[in-house]
Amino acid sequence: MIKIAIDKLAKSFGDDDRRTVALHDFDLSIDDGEFVCIVGPSGCGKTTVLRIVAGLETPTSGTVTIAPGSATGHPQNAMVFQEHGLFPWMTVVDNVAYSLEMRGIGKRERREQVMPFLEKIGLSRFHKHYPRDLSGGMRQRVSLARAFVADPEILLMDEPFAALDAQNKLILQEELLRIWEGSAKTVLFITHGIDEAIALGDRIVVMTAQPGRIKEIVPIDFPRPRSVAELRADPRFGALELSIWRMLEDEVRTARRQEEAAS
Amino acid sequence: MKRVNQERALTILSPVAALIVWQLASNAGLVNQRYVPSPLSIAVAGWDLALSGELAQHIGASLRRLVVGFVLGAVPGVFIGMVMGLNRWVRAALDPLVAALYPIPKIALLPLLMLVFGLGDGSKVVVVAMSVLFLTIINITVGVLQLDKIYFDVARNYGTPWPKLFRRVILPGALPTILAGLRISLGVSLVVLVGAEFVASQSGIGYLIWSSWQTLMVEQMFVGIIVITILGVLSTLFLHECERLLVPWRRD
Ligand SMILES: Nc1ncnc2c1ncn2[C@@H]1O[C@H](COP(=O)(O)OP(=O)(O)OP(=O)(O)O)[C@@H](O)[C@H]1O
Ligand SMILES: [Mg+2]
Repeated sequence: MIKIAIDKLAKSFGDDDRRTVALHDFDLSIDDGEFVCIVGPSGCGKTTVLRIVAGLETPTSGTVTIAPGSATGHPQNAMVFQEHGLFPWMTVVDNVAYSLEMRGIGKRERREQVMPFLEKIGLSRFHKHYPRDLSGGMRQRVSLARAFVADPEILLMDEPFAALDAQNKLILQEELLRIWEGSAKTVLFITHGIDEAIALGDRIVVMTAQPGRIKEIVPIDFPRPRSVAELRADPRFGALELSIWRMLEDEVRTARRQEEAAS
Repeated sequence: MKRVNQERALTILSPVAALIVWQLASNAGLVNQRYVPSPLSIAVAGWDLALSGELAQHIGASLRRLVVGFVLGAVPGVFIGMVMGLNRWVRAALDPLVAALYPIPKIALLPLLMLVFGLGDGSKVVVVAMSVLFLTIINITVGVLQLDKIYFDVARNYGTPWPKLFRRVILPGALPTILAGLRISLGVSLVVLVGAEFVASQSGIGYLIWSSWQTLMVEQMFVGIIVITILGVLSTLFLHECERLLVPWRRD
């Protein structure tokens, strides 16, 4: 069953004279419960796709159709923002429990529900702290927990592990896989790490340089459940990584040329 | 915490040290006592004024005008500023008006206000309120506009209804700017009030300063200057304390 149907999506920003075509003819169907990773050069429109799916941005043309979920009480989607977007005026608990507060759940119950997630991200000791007391990687983890706690049908993740150190990244990748395997969630995951995309995804969408289109879709058929650490040792892993890099290489070069021409 | 205490001690000690230097300079004849009397003689004059009850009366009159004027200006100012920050139509409609009225030195309107509101407290309260109003509007509008767009995105993504958006996102997000703006407004309202009391009043600290000057009672004049300074410092400290309590995530 198709959960997200993206059809001929296009998005441009700005007026006629200073127009940026961020997306052009972007088509993608994502199955219910599928884990799809998107890779592409910087500025190719990855975040824009995610924001349109989240309903935070309206497309210039084209449509995004999301199938309604069977279970009630779950929000349709929750986004982990590239720039994390924690509220500086809320403590870590309050930030993580934000979705619960919006659903009208009382303070004590919110706390009870949130604490296990804080343990998962290794920050239960910091629950009373404000975000400014945390490092960049810790903040990123809090924003992950905030999305997990919301327990949405669709998780939209915009480079969620980019600010993390290698060890925490590995732990949280595994944690994300566990959470996803035990749920019926659909995940749309943006990353710059080809290895990360291979380790996590069912399919990898490789995008072109701006205006962003789909260049290729690569199915990843490593069996589930996966262990990220073990997968890396698989010889097919390196071969896949190389072939996806070959697809990306030209696009990254094009993107760099575009950026230089613009400045 | 220890460092904070040390800083506090220093903020108290440095003016005391200045007073001592001033007194010593006066005793040594380095300062002309006709213009700048010594701290001790000012203290004596202040004591007399306090005993006669005159000082309390002046302080009371000024405080009353200050508080009423400030509240009358700040409350609608915060409200209008919020609405202007949040709604682009309201902003487009009111911006030119605010931009035109804000630069008028409100004290210049005092004669006009006295025609309208009479010679009593009314005109002084209104001139203070007007100074505070426009400053507050501008500060609050900027405070709301400066809120990072990401917070609205997050709020929307998690389905925040409007009242909660205001209470949990907009208000706390704008609070640091609001309080900083109010602090500036309070300083300005003191200046305007003293100015107004100079020319158009029979009571208040401004009147005390001005009338002492006219009768060449320099010590009394200094008592007035010092009282108004203390008033300014206390009100700033008060707002600082509010900030510490209301904006704990900014504490440093
Ligand atoms: N609000 C906006 N106004 C104007 N241009 C925008 C806006 N948002 C994005 N763009 C432009 O659209 C293009 C795609 O942006 P987007 O943020 O989707 O890229 P991205 O693929 O997420 O890049 P990165 O990997 O660096 O995060 C960029 O050229 C960007 O400058
Ligand atoms: Mg991006």
